[in-house]
Amino acid sequence: MLKEYESLIFELSKEGKKAYTLPPLDVEEKPLEDMLPKEMLREKEVDLPEVSEVDVIRHYTLLSQKNYGVDIGFYPLGSCTMKYNPKINEDMASLPGFTELHPYQPEETVQGALKLMYELEKALCEITGMDRFSLHPAAGAHGELTGLMIIKAYHEHRNDKKRKKIIVPDSAHGTNPASAAVAGFDVIEIKSNKEGAIDLEALKAVLNDEVAGLMLTNPSTLGLFEENIVEIARLVHEAGGLLYYDGANLNAIMGISRPGDMGFDVVHLNLHKTFSTPHGGGGPGSGPVGVKKELADFLPVPTVEEKDGRYFLDYDRPLSIGKVRSFYGNFNVMIKAYSYILTMGAEGLKRASELAVLNANYLKEKLKGYYKVAVDKTCMHEFVLAGLAEKSGDVRTLDVAKRLIDYGFHPPTIYFPLIVEEALMIEPTETETKETLDAFAETLIKIAKEAKENPELLKEAPHNTPVRRLDEVLAARNPVIRWTK
Amino acid sequence: MKVLEGLYYSKDHEWVKVEGDKVYIGITDYAQHSLGNIVYVELPEVGSELSAGDVLGVVESVKAASDVYTPVDIKVLEVNNSLVEDPSLINNDPYGSWMVIAELKDKSQLDKLMKADEYRKFLEEE
Repeated sequence: MLKEYESLIFELSKEGKKAYTLPPLDVEEKPLEDMLPKEMLREKEVDLPEVSEVDVIRHYTLLSQKNYGVDIGFYPLGSCTMKYNPKINEDMASLPGFTELHPYQPEETVQGALKLMYELEKALCEITGMDRFSLHPAAGAHGELTGLMIIKAYHEHRNDKKRKKIIVPDSAHGTNPASAAVAGFDVIEIKSNKEGAIDLEALKAVLNDEVAGLMLTNPSTLGLFEENIVEIARLVHEAGGLLYYDGANLNAIMGISRPGDMGFDVVHLNLHKTFSTPHGGGGPGSGPVGVKKELADFLPVPTVEEKDGRYFLDYDRPLSIGKVRSFYGNFNVMIKAYSYILTMGAEGLKRASELAVLNANYLKEKLKGYYKVAVDKTCMHEFVLAGLAEKSGDVRTLDVAKRLIDYGFHPPTIYFPLIVEEALMIEPTETETKETLDAFAETLIKIAKEAKENPELLKEAPHNTPVRRLDEVLAARNPVIRWTK
Repeated sequence: MKVLEGLYYSKDHEWVKVEGDKVYIGITDYAQHSLGNIVYVELPEVGSELSAGDVLGVVESVKAASDVYTPVDIKVLEVNNSLVEDPSLINNDPYGSWMVIAELKDKSQLDKLMKADEYRKFLEEE
C-alpha cells in the first residue's frame, strides 16, 4: 500500500495535475465575465484538489477498504438491527424496470412501481396491525416527525387545541424528545421503573387534557417487553391522548404481536433495520408511518390507491398534513424491503424474530458472570449489560468497546440507554451463526480477563487500527469541521 | 464526591448558594462526575423568570445531554458565559462554576432542598 494515498485528497493535490483530458477548443474562448453577470461570479478560485485519475481511484479505494459493515463482520449495535441484507434485495432493486424510471413519468407507464408501493403498504399494515401507511418519510426520525405532525393535525382538527405535550420516558431513543420538540410540542419526561419499563404511577401523574400523546418503543430500550402495554394504552386513551410506536425494536415481535393490537395509534418503522435494507453511513433509509383509520385522512400526500386494477397517486386528501418528502420517498429502499418481505413470507418473518430473541438470550447467558446484566430477565431481541462484573481500576465500558475493535468486531452500542450506567447494548440479530456468537462471547470474556490482568491493554485500545484512540472530548469541544491549508 | 457545607442541594444534583436576596445556581460534583467531560453548555436569557422545576439550561457531555432545572423560583440576573466558552470549567470546579446569578422569589422554597449532610446521605443511596 502506498503511504501517500493514506493522506487526505487535498494533501495529494499538486498544481496542474488533471484527471481528464479535453480536446482543444474549436471555438473562440470567451472570458466568463462576458457571459455571466459580475455579481454571480466567484471572487476567488474554488480550492479543489488537483489530482490524476489514478490518484482519485487509489485514494477512495483505500478509504473504502477501511470501512466496516455487515458484509465484513459481526455488528451487534444495539437498537440498530444490523442484520445481514440478502443480496436478492439488491438484484430486485437493480432491475432496469425500476432503475430507469423517472418520477414524472405518466402513471399508466409506472403501474409496476405503484403496485409495489401499494402491496408494500398492505404488507406493513398486516405486520403491524395498522390500517394505512405512508411510505414517504426518508428514515426513522423523519418518520417520528411525520407521525407527530399527524397527531397534532388530528387534535387540531377536533378543535382540541390545548394538547401541546408529548410524554417520553427517560429510557427513550434520543430522537423521540427531539422530534417532539421539532414538531412544536413540549416534552414531558417520565422516569422509568427499575426494569426500564413505564412506571404507571409516574404516567398517571402527568396525564391530563394537555397531553397529545405518549411515545414508546416495545420492547423497551432495555430489550424487555412492556408487559403493561394494554393498561398504558387504556390510560393514555382515557386521557384523550394518542399512543406513538417507535418501531426501532420491531425485529423482536414480527408475526408474534402487533403494535396495532397493543393499542398504538401511530407507528413508524425502519425499513433499513427490520426489513433488511442497508443502513448506516447516511442511508438512504426509509421510515414509513402507519396509522389507525381514524388518522388516515391526515397522512402525507400522495397516497397510492387502486381502482379496477389500476394504481394511481391520490393528491385529493384535504386533511393531509401535506408533502413531507420530494416525490414518493426512497423508492429503491422500498423495493429491497418488499423483496425481503416476499422472500421471507409470514412464517419466515416470525422465525426471524424468534431467532433474533433466541440469539440475544444465548449471548446474554454466556456473558452473565463476566459482565453485569442490567435486568436479569429473559430478554427480547437485545439486552443491556452494565459494565464489567468485577471492577478493575478505571477500566470502563468505553475501553471494552475499543478493545473489541482490535479483535475485528464492531462494538455494541455503549452508554445507551441513559438509565443504565456503563451500558453495553448488544443486538446480535437473527442472521448470525452460533459460531459467530460463540466467538464474540469468547472475545468479550477474554477482554474481561484482560481488564483484570492487563488493564493498560484496554485503556490504550484500539491497537490495530489506522488511527488509535480518538479524543472524543477534544473533538466535541473544538471540532475542526473544515479542512484548510 | 465533594459536597460543600452551606449550600442547598436538589435531588437533580443542582446546588444553590444564597447571598442575601440573590442565589447562585450550578451543578454538583456528583453531577459533573456522572456526566463525564462536559463539552457544551446552554444558559437561559438574562431576565427570564423561571419557576422551580423549569429548565434552567443544558449541559452536554460526550455521553449524554442533560437538562439542568432550577430548584427554586427565580428571575435570572446574570449568566456565566465563560462556561459556554469553556465547558470544562464545570468539571474542574463544579462549585465555583455557577451557571446563573438570580433573584430568589420565595425564600421558603429553600426549606424543601437538602442541606450538605442530607445530600451526602442522598448520594449514598443513589
